[in-house]
Amino acid sequence: MGADTTLHVDTFPKLLLINAVRRGDRPAMREKEFGIWNAWTWAQVLDEVRPFSIGLSELGVKRDDKVAIVGANRPRLYWTMCAAQALGAIPVPVYQDSVADEMAYVLAHAGAKVAVVENQEQIDKILSIADRLPSLSHLIYDEERGLRGYDHSRLKSFADVQAMGRAASAKQIALNWEKEIARGKGSDIAVILYTSGTTGSPKGVMLTYESTIVSSRNANAFDNLTENEEVIAYLPMAWVGDHIFSYAQSYVAGFCVNCPESPETVAEDRREIGTTYAFAPPRIYENLLTATMVRMEDAGAVKRGMFHYFIGVARRWGEKILNREPVPLHARLLYALGEILVYGPLKNRYGASRLRVAYTAGEAIGPEIFRFHRSLGVNLKQLYGQTEASVYITAQPDGEIYADTVGKPNIDVEVKVADNGEVLFRSPGVFVGYYKDPEKTAETKTADGWVHTGDAGFVDPKTGHLKIIDRVKDVGRLKNGTLFAPKYIENKLKFYPNIKEAVAFGDKRDFVTVMLNIDLVAVGSWAERNNVVYGSYQELAANSQVCEMLVAHVDEVNRSLAQEGPMAGAQIKRFLILHKELDADDGELTRTMKVRRSFIAERYGPLATALYDGSKELDIATEVTFEDGRKGTISGRVKILDMKAYPAMQAGALEKAA
Amino acid sequence: MRAPSTADIAAGDVLLSAEGISLAFGGVKALSNVSFDIRKGEIRAIIGPNGAGKTSMLNVINGFYQPDAGTITFKRETRTRMRTHEAAEFGIARTFQNVALFKGMTTLDNLMAGRTLRMRRGVFWQALWFGPALKEAIEHRRRVEEIIDFLEIQHIRKIPVGKLPYGLQKRVDLGRALATEPELLLLDEPMAGMNLEEKEDMSRFIIDIHDQFGTTVALIEHDMGVVMDLSGRVVVLDYGKKIADGTPAEVQRNQAVIDAYLGISH
Repeated sequence: MGADTTLHVDTFPKLLLINAVRRGDRPAMREKEFGIWNAWTWAQVLDEVRPFSIGLSELGVKRDDKVAIVGANRPRLYWTMCAAQALGAIPVPVYQDSVADEMAYVLAHAGAKVAVVENQEQIDKILSIADRLPSLSHLIYDEERGLRGYDHSRLKSFADVQAMGRAASAKQIALNWEKEIARGKGSDIAVILYTSGTTGSPKGVMLTYESTIVSSRNANAFDNLTENEEVIAYLPMAWVGDHIFSYAQSYVAGFCVNCPESPETVAEDRREIGTTYAFAPPRIYENLLTATMVRMEDAGAVKRGMFHYFIGVARRWGEKILNREPVPLHARLLYALGEILVYGPLKNRYGASRLRVAYTAGEAIGPEIFRFHRSLGVNLKQLYGQTEASVYITAQPDGEIYADTVGKPNIDVEVKVADNGEVLFRSPGVFVGYYKDPEKTAETKTADGWVHTGDAGFVDPKTGHLKIIDRVKDVGRLKNGTLFAPKYIENKLKFYPNIKEAVAFGDKRDFVTVMLNIDLVAVGSWAERNNVVYGSYQELAANSQVCEMLVAHVDEVNRSLAQEGPMAGAQIKRFLILHKELDADDGELTRTMKVRRSFIAERYGPLATALYDGSKELDIATEVTFEDGRKGTISGRVKILDMKAYPAMQAGALEKAA
Repeated sequence: MRAPSTADIAAGDVLLSAEGISLAFGGVKALSNVSFDIRKGEIRAIIGPNGAGKTSMLNVINGFYQPDAGTITFKRETRTRMRTHEAAEFGIARTFQNVALFKGMTTLDNLMAGRTLRMRRGVFWQALWFGPALKEAIEHRRRVEEIIDFLEIQHIRKIPVGKLPYGLQKRVDLGRALATEPELLLLDEPMAGMNLEEKEDMSRFIIDIHDQFGTTVALIEHDMGVVMDLSGRVVVLDYGKKIADGTPAEVQRNQAVIDAYLGISH
């Protein structure tokens, strides 16, 4: 049953009606509760959504009203979306961990009439801000626990509202419910998603049925997703990724969405379900790798030996096999043996035995982590998306996987890079505008439909894939006009376990320089293994062997930059290893551990100057704040190392030469 | 989830009363002539300085110690002697200061063990994997799963208790006591050794148990803040004697209590 037979269907409630007939006996949703997986078929989901929707209408919810949804991924909250949409109302999922003030802003800005929430925690939060929400008339909860003693004049349970809906079966709205659905059209607003917004107030991104449905349909086609997929819903419902992935794509393709028992049991639940399609930020893949390595250290000698041997085999051949490249027979046999002994059981642990496609997105993933998962045969890919695009902008097609790109434009998506390096896109998934904010909308979306992403990137000449380098506002230029993306360079450096922090300079300078922090754990353990004696961070950082290691790392980074078209001119010319660890207490890092470049440049003024004046070493004293608030100074001699630059390798130039 | 009550004691009536309880270990008088009652549906706190006889009092209530003098009336039945398993059958459950669980068994198995008392089928049926015992086991598992859900310990269901951090072990211990579907729940320092966050969680669970299941709770606690927040009435022991009994506010103003806590010489 391909998506083509539902091409004319333009809203989710309409899709539900069709799925309930066509896939009536297929599971649409599962939830683990009391240790058991409960399933609802598409027909049963309709039986849940219908009375709730009619009940909402009994509470006064009408076309264009906003229905806030607050809570973890629970089936009833997903049903609320469709129930609201059936009436022409607009669901507004809200991050459940936002503090009361943030929630007050979003609920008031959206003008939510009804809030459907998970439990007492959210009810308490909303009641505490109720006086700021004049338009909010009713609160509906999923879980009753602890709410018995509350004033129930404005408070109703999900089941109560369903009962109201069932009791109203003879009323106009119940008889005309399907007609009400038929009134919905593709160009209506389907959902408002508030972007968490690192700066300023959150913005409400309005998406139409058309954009979410077309985007989902294209994404399903891109990865051949069918009604047989199993996904697990565990990322916040207010995030566009979950909305498209666990709601829109499921309704379009008809696949089953599984809700975990609790946030702590996701790994176990994923394993029980055996998801076939997955989506996770890089840190989750990183945690899996770390957990595996730590546990293998505790394993018996035989298991450990076997693990390391076959991981070696996988590193050498795994990715090639996954990419269907030619591989010698003996490698194939070894890999098959490894699959039985190591990779298979490991993937089963991760709940990845049946995984066909896994995506990572949101930030850069370490190439080591990326390759580890791919070498085991997990089809991990990267994508680049935004709320404003109904997620999908670019993704990596099967067989074209690179650790440092975000892929090619998805079906129907156009991407271009502006002169200042900013990535722009145009697609059917483009948002209508920011709710109640035409000014911001005009800033972001051009008249002919191009959307400014705010991200700087370039199309990699070698692969034709898009690479994202940094936020546009952080990208600078060298004096000769070359693009300088500090975060891109810093990330490349930080992927080496020996390097903890990197701070790149170059905006309005002649060339790029870097200050580095070594990772005391990684380098310290190297020192232990190699009998290098050291007393402090400072001493280790000044060790000549450590310097040599870092020179090699920087050299590798330069070599890789040389192959990347516009980045080739931004190779690192000089660097130094700081004599002290960058610390949030000294204001050098933000509390979320991001480097504060300009502050560091100022604080280490003499070093910053030395990086550019050609000196070979410099004595410096720096004031530090200890954890108990006392102040002291660290002084030392810092060496400045020169690097050689590689000639830029343009793909085009190479072809011509050949 | 409440056990079917045999006695028709309405909320607010006396559920348990201790009359003139005395207990001595050799020459040491642990309790002397202590009387107090616990009313159905309340949260009752027993407080006092170290060695005041709080735990001894709990041990007398659930039959672990036999008092030298005095009687315990539970659900209108007066006894001078009661065995621990009888107390459990009558609907008194307790947790321990030093978690009492089967460390090598999983959370789930520990809770299932707590259900043993409620199993009707004997060893013969239980030895078979089919028949009435299986049906019963499924029912018990459902009850246990409700407790797991209630205490939010789904993620440690299959983990041996010995591997869990202390705060979680305490929670499992509480779950084990709940699994017996008690009418009266005795908690011996449920928050000892916990950090602030764990204490708040535990307080929340105690309030919820009380709200949701109507369980009567008697608890020993050192943290005065917790006692003030949770309990309706407080009994204060010092050197085995009752020195005050009343609402938390009353007790806090009581001079004898202030002296006992500040350590006035006796």
